Order: sequence, then structure tokens, then C-alpha cells
Amino acid sequence: MRSLLYALSIAAVVGLAFWAYGEGYETRQTEREVARLEREIGTRHQELSMLRAEWAYLNRPDRLHELAEMNFESLGLIPLAPDHFALADQVGYPPPAAEIVAVEPAAPLDEAVGDIVIMTHRFGADAEPRLIAPPTLADDGEQLP
Amino acid sequence: MIFRRKARALVADPFVPVTPTIPRPRPPESVMVRENPERARVRSERRLKFTAGCFLVGFAVIGMKMGAISASEAREPRTGGLAGAGIVSARADVTDRHGRVLATNVNAVALYAQPHLMVDPEQAAEGLAAIFPDMSVETWTRRFTSGSKFYWLKGNISPEQQQAVHDMGEPGLLFGSREMRVFPNGPLASHILGGARYGAQDVRAAEIKGIAGVEAVFDDYLSDPTREGAPLRLSIDLSVQAALERVLHSGMNLMNAKGASAILMDVHTGEIVSMASMPDFDPNDRPMVLTTGDRGDDPLFNRAVQGVYELGSTFKIFTVAQSLELGLTNAGTMIDTKGPLRQGRFRIRDFHNYGPRLSVTDVIVKSSNIGTARMALAIGAERQQDFLRSLGFFEATPVELTEAPGARPIVPQRWPDISTMTISYGHGLSASPLHLATAYASVLNGGTRVTPTLLAQDGAPTPGPRIVSSRVSAEARHMLRQVVTRGTASLMEVEGYQVGGKTGTADKPSPTGGYYDDKTITTFAGMFPAQNPKYVIVVTLDEPEINAAGEQRRTAGWTAVPVASEIVRRAAPLLGLRPDFDAGVDAFGAYLTQAAVTD
Repeated sequence: MRSLLYALSIAAVVGLAFWAYGEGYETRQTEREVARLEREIGTRHQELSMLRAEWAYLNRPDRLHELAEMNFESLGLIPLAPDHFALADQVGYPPPAAEIVAVEPAAPLDEAVGDIVIMTHRFGADAEPRLIAPPTLADDGEQLP
Repeated sequence: MIFRRKARALVADPFVPVTPTIPRPRPPESVMVRENPERARVRSERRLKFTAGCFLVGFAVIGMKMGAISASEAREPRTGGLAGAGIVSARADVTDRHGRVLATNVNAVALYAQPHLMVDPEQAAEGLAAIFPDMSVETWTRRFTSGSKFYWLKGNISPEQQQAVHDMGEPGLLFGSREMRVFPNGPLASHILGGARYGAQDVRAAEIKGIAGVEAVFDDYLSDPTREGAPLRLSIDLSVQAALERVLHSGMNLMNAKGASAILMDVHTGEIVSMASMPDFDPNDRPMVLTTGDRGDDPLFNRAVQGVYELGSTFKIFTVAQSLELGLTNAGTMIDTKGPLRQGRFRIRDFHNYGPRLSVTDVIVKSSNIGTARMALAIGAERQQDFLRSLGFFEATPVELTEAPGARPIVPQRWPDISTMTISYGHGLSASPLHLATAYASVLNGGTRVTPTLLAQDGAPTPGPRIVSSRVSAEARHMLRQVVTRGTASLMEVEGYQVGGKTGTADKPSPTGGYYDDKTITTFAGMFPAQNPKYVIVVTLDEPEINAAGEQRRTAGWTAVPVASEIVRRAAPLLGLRPDFDAGVDAFGAYLTQAAVTD
């Protein structure tokens, strides 16, 4: 009886030691994994802040204004004015879907726009008509500036 | 031995048992049974041993922990969880009121040299000169061979330049990591943001310090690590700021002015939604302070906050509002405007002769100096000073800019009657456009004082001390509205937004004394929509001159007003104000209803 008890407790001690040993290794492995993830989160945050700075730079009001002027022919964007406000029942909703006829896709920009676009809308206090060249594309296809 | 005392012989033994005179009651039987002393001793010994054992275990644990601490290697405590990983940059971003970035950091690289590690110093100098055109081969060859061990070469270099330096393969040229402060919108809101530079620098990192504007005022706040990089949210609206600067810049050119400033302020909270001063600069590449010429022409000079000017007739509304508040007059009281008005050796004139009498409303609408001066005399110097002090015209504005505390208004030392009269129409007291905007907001928002601020305010505004009653505020707004509908600011009419305001034209003081004949500061100050104001606008042009309707014009009605009108036309829709084309909104009843609502 007693020897059986001894054997069992020795087996238990060996088993527990084995378990604790494995557990220790697993803990260290998890710690390393956490550290790696934290580093990765750090780099991701860095990238995110870099992208946010780039987003802010590309969306700076001056650039958007110039892009809107360049693409005035296709977009027709002008600064928001008091007479642009309307009531909801003044909005011309599109006719029911059945009546919609397929429209020709608009001509590409460089065909629609000649060499020079004359801008007639006003900016500021009675600005002169401005001469604006058609959009120049960078090598990667992004529109400058 | 000598001092040993003799033991004193006791007189009698104090422990001699005494037989009680009154017989005591016998104690109960159980107490009478005395415990075996041997057993009691064993028990106490057991207890003592147990206590000692507890102490032993306690000390052993502490000792083992101390041993473990002293034996183990020291390690930095690690930040737990994701909170720590959120801190990426040493300095927080600055954003506008909608969270759009106004200032942020990007990673950059600094270049430094350690000549003692160099393989070929001459070739290194030549290579560097090829990459950086401003570096001379001779100078750097001399420095690299001088025996020095360290040189900073460049604060910030581009990735292409870094690659080119890498390609040289010189082990003595090394890179330090940096964070660079970037203002992605360029010159937009430059006077508000100020700029930043490197403070103490090391090869591993460099400290960024604000030089001016909010970057300097909130330097500690922005670099406080306990805030975990939470951005500083300003009250500025980026798109409104862009529209305002664009209009102001073209207006300044159109009016041939040498400088201009504009402020758009929330009338209830004092939040500055947009503030600009022209000429401006790029905070990414902040210019040096001008050392020659007029400090006021420096692009770094913030006219809206630092420029103290005589703001002219825009002050008249304060005199009238105070007169109404004191009950001296009402809107229909007739004021004697026969001119010129003599006071000692001074004579006060009007721009035109407006006849013998004008109502108080018409004194504002036609901008009569004589009428306002008479009303100010009735108010008296003391009460006038108190009123202007309550509007903040006696101290610098508390706005969060490094420049603000230095810009104190210039008020007369003594305050004779002639000062009372001239200050009533804005001459003899110089203040910044921001002072004027704050005072207009305080008088016209229903009559409670506002404090100008550049930080976005959350929640309902807490009203400041009362300046005038809401009834007087409504009457003042109605008068200012009539200045636009039938007075000096007729070009101010913006369909849908009932703008009300006052023009002001002041001759510029010449540095040699007296005033220039042909140089003016023109101001428009107003609010919109007049019956229930949301925003105050102040536009100031420096030395404008325009040929309009066959004449050289230098008055505010022809210069500052069209610019202000265009600003409102552009900014009001961006601010989300819905235009109201209903004719009824301009009736005086609408003003009184609003006054009753705010009461």
C-alpha cells in the first residue's frame, strides 16, 4: 500500500515537473510573441502616422482647389455659395428605373478638352478669366501638382 | 567602587500577606483548581515557537526576494498592453476642429560624420559635395582631416540623398533617426501654428520645440508622454480658413493694400474659427525675423493679434450700446449733429454734413462723429472707461498665442473730454482686430462677455459676465443691420445671410507725428445673421487704395467691405449656415424675439 503511494507521488512529482517545465517554455515563447506583436504594432502606428501625414498633404486645400480648376470641364466644381442651398422637394429625383436610357460614356478628358480651357467662373472678387492648361499627368499617372 | 550606593534596608516587607478584615466571598470551584504548571509552560513554549517560526518564514521570504533582486540583472519595466504601443512620436499632432491634420511628424534622417572611422576622408568630402551642392570640398576635407571626432552634416535629408550617401560606402558617415515637424497645408494658418525647430539633439533622436504660435504655447502639452499622443484640437476650421485666406489674399491685391487681416469668431463661445494675416509665410520653412524696415511689414507679424491700430468708426456701436444701456437715449432719440463740434482747440467734423439732427440709429447708419461724441460726453469719461475695460480694451487678449501677451492696446494716460469724444468714434485708442472681434461678439451675442480662444470647446458655452442687456444687444444688431441695408456698408449685402456691421476708416499715424493724408487703415466689423448672430467677422486692410466709380477710394466702404462680403459669401455655407431668403427675417420683431429667447 505504502509503496504504491510512494510510486504514485513520485510519478505525480515527475509529471508536475514536466508540466511546469513545458509551461515555463510556453510562457517565454508567448512573451517573445507579445514583444514581436508590440513591435509590429509600433511600426504599423508609424506607418499609419506617415500615411496620415501624406493624406493631409495630398488633401491640402490649395491642391484640391487647383485640381478642381484643372478638371472643371468634367467635374464642374465651384466654391459653395448661398444659392446652392435648396429644399428637399426642390431636388429633381431621377425618373423610375424603367425609363432610364443608356447614355453614351463621356469622351475621355484629353479629347473633350482642347489645348486650353477658358475658365469663366468667378473666384474671389471678380477675378480675371484664368487660362489653365489641361491636366499634366506624372509618370505614375498621378495628377500633378 | 567609590560611588557604589549601599542597598537601603527595607523598613518592612511590602509583600507580607494581610488578612482581610471583611471576609471575601469564596471564588467558584473551577478557578480554584490550579492548572498543572508544567502543562502551562509547555503550551506557552509551543506558542512562542509558532510565533518565532512565522517570523522566520517572513524574514526568509524577504531575504530570498532581496537576494534574487540583487543577483538578477536590471531590466527596464515593460509597458503593458496596447496603451504603450500607441505612443509613436515624441510630439502630438495638431488638428483642426474636425480632426483634419494641421501639424504632424514624419520620420526623417540626419547625417553626421565620425572622421576617425573614415577610410578616405578626401573622397568622402568629394562625394558629399556631389550630393549636397552647398557643401564645399575644401572645407570638409580640412575638417575631416583635422583630428576631430564628430561633425553634424545635415539635419534632415531626403531618402534619395540617404541612398546616395549609402552608396558611397564610407563607414565614417552615419545616420541618426529624426522626427520632422511637418505642416502639410503649407502657409495655411501659418500665424496660428507658428513653427517648430530642433532643440537638444543626439544621434538617436532630437527634441522638437515650438518657436511661435500654438506650437510654442502648447510646447509642454504637445510633448507630454502621459497624453499618449492625443492630438491638440484647435477651433480652426481648415476649409473655412482656406477660403478666407484665398479671398483675403486676392482682396488685398485687388485693393492694392500692403497688408490685411481677417478674423471669424463664434459669437457665443469666442472660438476663433478662422484667423489670417497677410502677408504670410510657410511654417515648414520659417523665415528669419526682419532686421531692417518696419516690424509691422514682417511676414511673421500677425496683424490680427499683434497689430494695434486705431480702428475708427467701428467703435461707435460701443458708445451707442452704452448710451442705450444707461437709458440716456433710445434708438429714436434725436441727437444734435450740427458741426463742427468745438472742444478746446479741437474741432470734430463729419465726413459729410448730415444736417442739424439725426436719430441715434441714423448716427450709426450715417456714421456721424459729432453725434457719437455728444453721446459720449453725456456718458462721461469714467463710465466710458469702465465699459471699454469690461470689453477687454485695456489689456492684452488671452488668446493662446505667444504673440498675444505682448500686444497691449494703447490707451491714453489721461482721459480728458477730448479723449472721451475721439475714443467714442475710435480715434485715440489703438487695439488689435482680435480685441475688436471679441468686443463685437460680447456686445452682439445677447450681451455676455466672451473670451477669445483657439481651442475647440465642447459642450454648451458658459456665458460670461453681462455687458449689456439682451434688448440693447438686439437694438444694436438692428442698427448695424441698417448700416448694411441703407448705410456706409451697402456693398456688404450677402443674399440669404443678413450681415450687419460697421465700417471704420482711420488715417495712419506717421512715425514723425501727426497723421498721413493718403494712408488709411480700413476695417469692417460685423456679425451674421443679424437677427440671431452666429459669427463675428472683422476684416482690416492696411493702406488700401482703389479706383472705383471714377475716384481714388480709401474708405472702408469701398475697400474692406467688398472683401468682407466675399468672405461671408464663401465662409457661411462652409460653416453650415442655411441661407434665409425670407423677407420677414429682417423685421425688428425678429430681433426682439431672439432677445426674448436668450433672456
